[in-house]
This record gives sequence, C-alpha cells and structure tokens, in this order.
Amino acid sequence: MTTTTAPLLSVRGVVKRFPGVTALGGVDFDVRAGEVHCLLGQNGAGKSTLIKVLAGAHRPDEGEIRWQGEVVSFDNPTAAMSSGVAAIYQELDLVAGLSVADNVFLGHELSKAGFTRRAEAHRRTKALLDRLGHPDIPPDRDVGRLSAANQQIVSMARALSRDGRLLIMDEPSAVLDQDEVRTLFRVIRELTAQGVAIVYISHRMEEIREIGDRVTVLKDGRTVATGLPARETRTADLIRLMTGRDVEYAFPPRDPVDPAAPEVLVVRGLAAGERFSGVDFTVRAGEVVGLAGLVGSGRSEILEAVYGARRTTAGTVEVDGKRLRRGNVGAAVRAGVGLCPEERKSQGLLLDQAVYRNITVSTLSAFSRFGFLDNGAERARSQELTTALDVRPPGVDRAVRTLSGGNQQKVVLARWLLRECRVLLLDEPTRGVDVGARSEIYELIRDLSVRGVAVVVVSSEVEEVLGLADRVLVVREGRVVHEGPAREIDESRVLDLVMEGTAA
Amino acid sequence: MSENTTAVRPPTAEQPQRGVSALLGSAAGRNTGLVVALVLLCVVGVITAGDRFADVDNVLTILRLAAVIGVVSVGMTFVITGGGIDLSVGAIVALSSVWATTLATQAMANDAHWLVIVFAALAVGAGCGVINGVLIAYGRIVAFIATLAMLAAARGLAEIISNRKTQIVNVPGFTAFFDASVLGVPVLVVIFALVAVVGWVVLNRTTFGRRTFAVGGNPEAARLAGIDVRRHTVLLYTLLGVCCGIAAVMLVARTTTGSSTHGGLYELDAIAAVVIGGTLLSGGRGTIAGTVFGVLIFTTLSNVFTLNNLSISAQAVAKGAIIVVAVLLQQRLARRSGA
Ligand SMILES: Nc1ncnc2c1ncn2[C@@H]1O[C@H](COP(=O)(O)OP(=O)(O)OP(=O)(O)O)[C@@H](O)[C@H]1O
Ligand SMILES: [Mg+2]
Repeated sequence: MTTTTAPLLSVRGVVKRFPGVTALGGVDFDVRAGEVHCLLGQNGAGKSTLIKVLAGAHRPDEGEIRWQGEVVSFDNPTAAMSSGVAAIYQELDLVAGLSVADNVFLGHELSKAGFTRRAEAHRRTKALLDRLGHPDIPPDRDVGRLSAANQQIVSMARALSRDGRLLIMDEPSAVLDQDEVRTLFRVIRELTAQGVAIVYISHRMEEIREIGDRVTVLKDGRTVATGLPARETRTADLIRLMTGRDVEYAFPPRDPVDPAAPEVLVVRGLAAGERFSGVDFTVRAGEVVGLAGLVGSGRSEILEAVYGARRTTAGTVEVDGKRLRRGNVGAAVRAGVGLCPEERKSQGLLLDQAVYRNITVSTLSAFSRFGFLDNGAERARSQELTTALDVRPPGVDRAVRTLSGGNQQKVVLARWLLRECRVLLLDEPTRGVDVGARSEIYELIRDLSVRGVAVVVVSSEVEEVLGLADRVLVVREGRVVHEGPAREIDESRVLDLVMEGTAA
Repeated sequence: MSENTTAVRPPTAEQPQRGVSALLGSAAGRNTGLVVALVLLCVVGVITAGDRFADVDNVLTILRLAAVIGVVSVGMTFVITGGGIDLSVGAIVALSSVWATTLATQAMANDAHWLVIVFAALAVGAGCGVINGVLIAYGRIVAFIATLAMLAAARGLAEIISNRKTQIVNVPGFTAFFDASVLGVPVLVVIFALVAVVGWVVLNRTTFGRRTFAVGGNPEAARLAGIDVRRHTVLLYTLLGVCCGIAAVMLVARTTTGSSTHGGLYELDAIAAVVIGGTLLSGGRGTIAGTVFGVLIFTTLSNVFTLNNLSISAQAVAKGAIIVVAVLLQQRLARRSGA
C-alpha cells in the first residue's frame, strides 16, 4: 500500500485527438486513495474523454499516466480493470437481452471448472443491488426491460463488483432522483472509508459540495485548476474557471400568467393501467406547469400518454378544445403538441446523422416545397439554435455521435424549440447540461411561454421545477397528490410530498 | 468564444459542401473503393478477353444486363436504408412478368395499347409491396419472415398462373419500344439511369428520403419526432414493389417472355449490390451511387467470366470474394478520409 500522500493515480500532459477536434489538450491531475475527486467542466470540456482514457477505453495520443507511482498504459478496459480501475460511463453500456446478473459479471464471470456459477452470481448481484438501495431489481430480469434509472443502478453494481481501487463515475446522478443520489453518496462514503478513490463527474454544484474532497476544472480539454478544496471554493469562482465568464446562475423572473388566457391543454381523468390514473390538469397559454416526482413515479409516462405515444385506458386529452385521438402521435403532432423525450439516445437522437438533420427531423415540411428540402435553410436555422444553446463544437454537419453528452441533449432540445408548438412537453430538458447552457435554456423556455406556448416540464431537480414553473403538480405512484402555484410551495415541502408513503 | 486557449480547431470538413464539383468530389471520395474494384475488373477483362471485352456491343450488353437488377437494387436501397429487408423481390419480378404476359393481358394489350402490359406489371409489383409493408408495419411480422413468405407465395402463384410454361410475348408495339435505342443507348439502360437519378434525388433531396434515414436510424426517435413510421414503412415496400414491376417489364422486353422462373436469386444479387455499395444493412445510412457501382461490379464480373468460358460455380466463388474485398477496401478508405 502507498501512503496517503502519494497519489494513487497521476496524470500528466494527456492529449487525445479525434478527427478535427482535440478533445484533450494537456490534462494534469492526481487522485489520492480514499478521496472523492470531482471533475468539473462545461459540456464538451473533455471529462468523459478523460475518464475513457483512464479506464483504457481510449488510448491517449500523448502524456503519461502513473498508477501507484509506475508509468502504465491501459490498452483496453480489461487491463485497467485488472489494475483496479473501474468506470461507470455516461452513456450506459449494458447488453440488452442479457440478465442483470449476467451484465454485472460480464467479462469476469464466476466459474468453477469452466461452468458458470449462476446461483452464486445471482446471490452476489442481489447483495450489490441491496447495497445500492434497490432490492426491487430482480437479478434475472432482462436489462433491456429496466428503466434508465435502474440501468444506471446496474452499471453501478457492475463497477462495484470489480472491487476496484479507483472508481470513476461519469454523471451517475443524471438519471437518479434525490433519494437515489443520497443512497449513492452513502455507498461512496463506505468505499472511501475503505481507501477506494472516486473520480466523480457532475454538473450539479450541490453534489460536488456534499460529496467532493477536491476539484479539478477542465476547460476546452485542458486543466485550468486542480486540487481545489471542494467545500471552500466559491461556486462563482468555479463557474468562472469553467466558462471563463460570470454566469447568472438564477431562474429568469416571470410575470404572473394572465388568468383570462385560454386553456390550451386540458387533460381529464387520464389513466394507463397500473402506471397512473385519475390525472387531471390544464395548462393555459403562456403558462409553465412543472411535474415533480420520483423517477418511476409516472411523470414521464403521463407526458408520453398526453403525446399519444403510450396507450391509455381512460381519460381524454384536449388541445384548443379539440379532443385528440387516443394513442396516436400523429394526431397530437397535428394539433401542435411536441414532446422532448426523457432518454436522448434511445428516444431522441439519430446518432449517425448530422446535427442539422437531427434538429429539423420533426419540422421537415416547414423546410420543403413539393417535398423537396431546402438544405441551406435547414442548416441556417439549425445554426441559429446551436449558437443560442452554445453547442460545441459549433458545426451543424458533424454527426451527433461525436458530440459530448450535454451537447447531444442540447440538440434534442433544439429540435423542439424549432418547431412552433402550441403545447410543449419537456421531459428532463437539462439532463447533463452544464450551468452556463442551463441558464440559456431557461431563458428560451421562458421566451416560448411569453409567446403563448403552453409548457409542461418534468424534472428530477425540484429546484428546476420550482424555478421554471408557474404551477406545480406533484406525482407520486401514478397519482397527482398536490397541485398549486409554484411560489406557494418550497423545496422541502415538495420533497416531503414526493416521498410520503414511498418508504413503506 | 474569444479565449486563446481554445483546443477546438474549427474542423475544415465541416463546411457545407456546395456546387457540383464538391458534390462529385465527395461522392467519388466515398466510392473510391468501388471505383478501384470496377477498374480492376475491367483491366482483368481486357487482359483475358481483349477485344471481345473492350467492345461497344459488349459494354452495352453489360449495361443491359445491369439495368434489370439495377432497378431492383435502387428500390432495395430504400428499404434497407429504412431499416428493412426484402427477400421476395425475385418472386415479385416473376409474378409480375407472368401476370403481364398472360394470354388475356396480351389480348387486351393488342386491342387497346401495349402500355396495358406495363401497367399490369407495375400494379402487381405495387400490390405485393403493399402486402409486404402492411404485414411488416401493422402486422408486426419481422421483415425477414414476412418477405420470405411472400417469396414462396408469389413464385407459387406465378407457377399456377403460367402453368409452369414460358409465355411468349407477341405484342409488336411493346417489343419495338423497348428494343429501341436513344442516341445509341438502349431504352433499358435509359430506364435504369432514370430510376437511379430519381432514386438519388428522392433519397437525398426530399422529405421522404430524409424520413427514410430517420426511420432506419432510430425508429423510436422517428416516431416520437412525429413521423408516421408504419405508414412510411408501407410506402418503402410499395416503392420497392413498383421497382420490381419496372424490372419485370424490362425483363419481359429483353427476353420476350414471361416466366415463373424469372428473377431467380435477385434478392441475393440486389442485397449484395446494395451492401457492397456502402448502405448499412442495419439501416440509417444509404447511398444510391454506391448501389449503382455495386450492380456494375457484379454484372461486369459475370461478363468477364462468361467471355472466358468459366463456369457459373466459379463465378459464385469470385462473387463471394469480391464482396469481402470491396467491403474491406471501402472501410479502409472511408476511415482514411475521416468520413
Ligand atoms: N468519438 C468522437 N469523435 C469525435 N469527437 C469526439 C468523440 N468523442 C468526443 N468527441 C469530442 O471531444 C470533446 C470532448 O467530449 P467529452 O465527451 O469528453 O465532453 P464532456 O466534458 O464529457 O462533456 P459533457 O459534460 O457534455 O458530458 C467534444 O468536443 C466532443 O465533440
Ligand atoms: Mg461527458
């Protein structure tokens, strides 16, 4: 064992280039045993690329990595893992079709004389899931049928199953709700007490404060500050280091909604089997309604049902007084409803296609005459939006796959900002987006509502729901348990409502 | 972004490519592997068969042979780009050719107009395509299975209708039209060229084409973006059915017969041409130009072999090898050009 002062991992001058982009242009930092080291940086700063280099998923073009004082080169993830480095990637990398237990032990299957030890694998998987606060996930369930949040838990179980000395987590909290984040932090504390080092990436400052020991800030692929104390450094200073400017980290002020404004979206008695029932709400023109609730409480399902993308068993949805045909996306789209879906990768993006094609895909008829597309206009409008949302790198002809996670999210959002909707349903619109771009997105949402669009926002961050919305609905176990003006309720009250009865 | 520490170079490949030269340049760039393969084949042809290969008549023969399978392959490019597959194209060609040349149809054609034969073939092709599409999109049958069923059924029906006899075409207007040439280019080749150009425009310049990429790339995202994925799927298979109808007309004209044995193994030839052309078998990426090159490569190969009196079996072996080599070449070159 090394002493606590000598770094477990030390990175010097690491460079990684992709065609046309230098993702890492010289990164230095150290990780000590037993610490939680946070990586901060704007979308596209190079955080995910850096952890892929550390975990052996990418080879660096230049630079030196020392593990326990010795220069190493992890040529593949297996090499990194056998040294004790395990990673949870930002984009989930589970194999759909295999069971939870199979995924957890993929690559290091438990075996005896060549035969897999299924019972033992199940037992250990169960223990790991219990530790992560999820005894509800069955080890033999097909991973492809789990929700995104539960898949994230399985990836964490997989990383833990490696018994690593260094655990790297790339935005693990993005798909988790507050309660699950708390469990995650408990597990992290247990690990660090045993001397395991954690590299933690998140765009949420409160989390950095709560769990972090030291912070390294990346900007445009370079280290701009390293080893900052996580609790003492001021948020404004961190943001200035990340962005190079001062960012107003606040929600734009809002005028009260005109009580005479027409009710654009009217939802009555909407139900879908056991997922949710008795959902009633209305949204006026120019109003923003927020849905708060735990992951899995039915928030996203309600949005999908309103959009016609999910079968309902009862209830009606009206837009501008006209009833929509049930379970028919086309009808909703024609009535002017738009849905920015929860999962950008599986539900939102055409990964291999250019940014502008992703943005215009739901507005094609606006760019065509007699079915022929006006490519120039498509590019120009897309460029305006990507500039407004600060998508980096800026070109609209780049394949979306090569963008960082947060920038991909901005592309999905841009698609729906482009479309002139009457009703816009936004499911986790700022997932994985950095603080700077967040305030831009809040501004854009407010502009929409000023122009008379009815907006519904789902977010796992209560602060975001309260800051954006005029009115808040709290959803618990498929039912709306509270409805009222956003300014009359505070974060802790919402959390109480969200949690009440779920502990049972 | 005014900071001087920026690590993000403005990538030069980012500029939208405008103008014909840029367009040709990029298309040629992407198809270099195919062009090289085709040139190599021609060199082999000239060396082994000399003047018999490098002869205007022989080149026209190659093109005439390429035309029929080429039209099917253009349609197949759409279906594969849209995330599907169609194994029934050869059977649909056979059924269309038989239906369009029954005694009854020919009698009508002689009474009214030879276009009756054309319409009959197109209608049968479109009908089969609609059935395929509806079974796949609304019946939720896997494309592989649905079109396998169509393959069996359509060829069986063709045998029943024709009573397994070859039907000779005796409609002078029809034969005369398709035997003609435009400025020295056979009508069949002109039709192929037209289908390819229209196919390129539709795939790359229209909302229909763009939706095809979206549906093939990520059907769930396409659905949530407001595209009617099921309707679009039916349209894709219908389009391919119509292409099969056109191919049937061309085949009837070339052979002056309709037969239930027409179009044998077209499904494999078309899929192979599409895939070596660079269209992704899993959908979401497709190229008409690549498909055209793919067709020309296979047809030229057959021609070189025939001129050298080599057996069909040897051709099959070479075909297999060519598929592998072309795909490998294509991958290398694509990676080097950073595409
Ligand atoms: N496979 C790739 N090909 C080309 N460029 C890439 C590839 N992967 C990443 N990049 C580029 O490298 C840069 C850094 O990306 P990275 O994913 O590391 O950012 P990040 O800091 O994790 O951002 P986020 O907070 O949005 O997750 C970006 O400009 C991105 O576009
Ligand atoms: Mg990232």
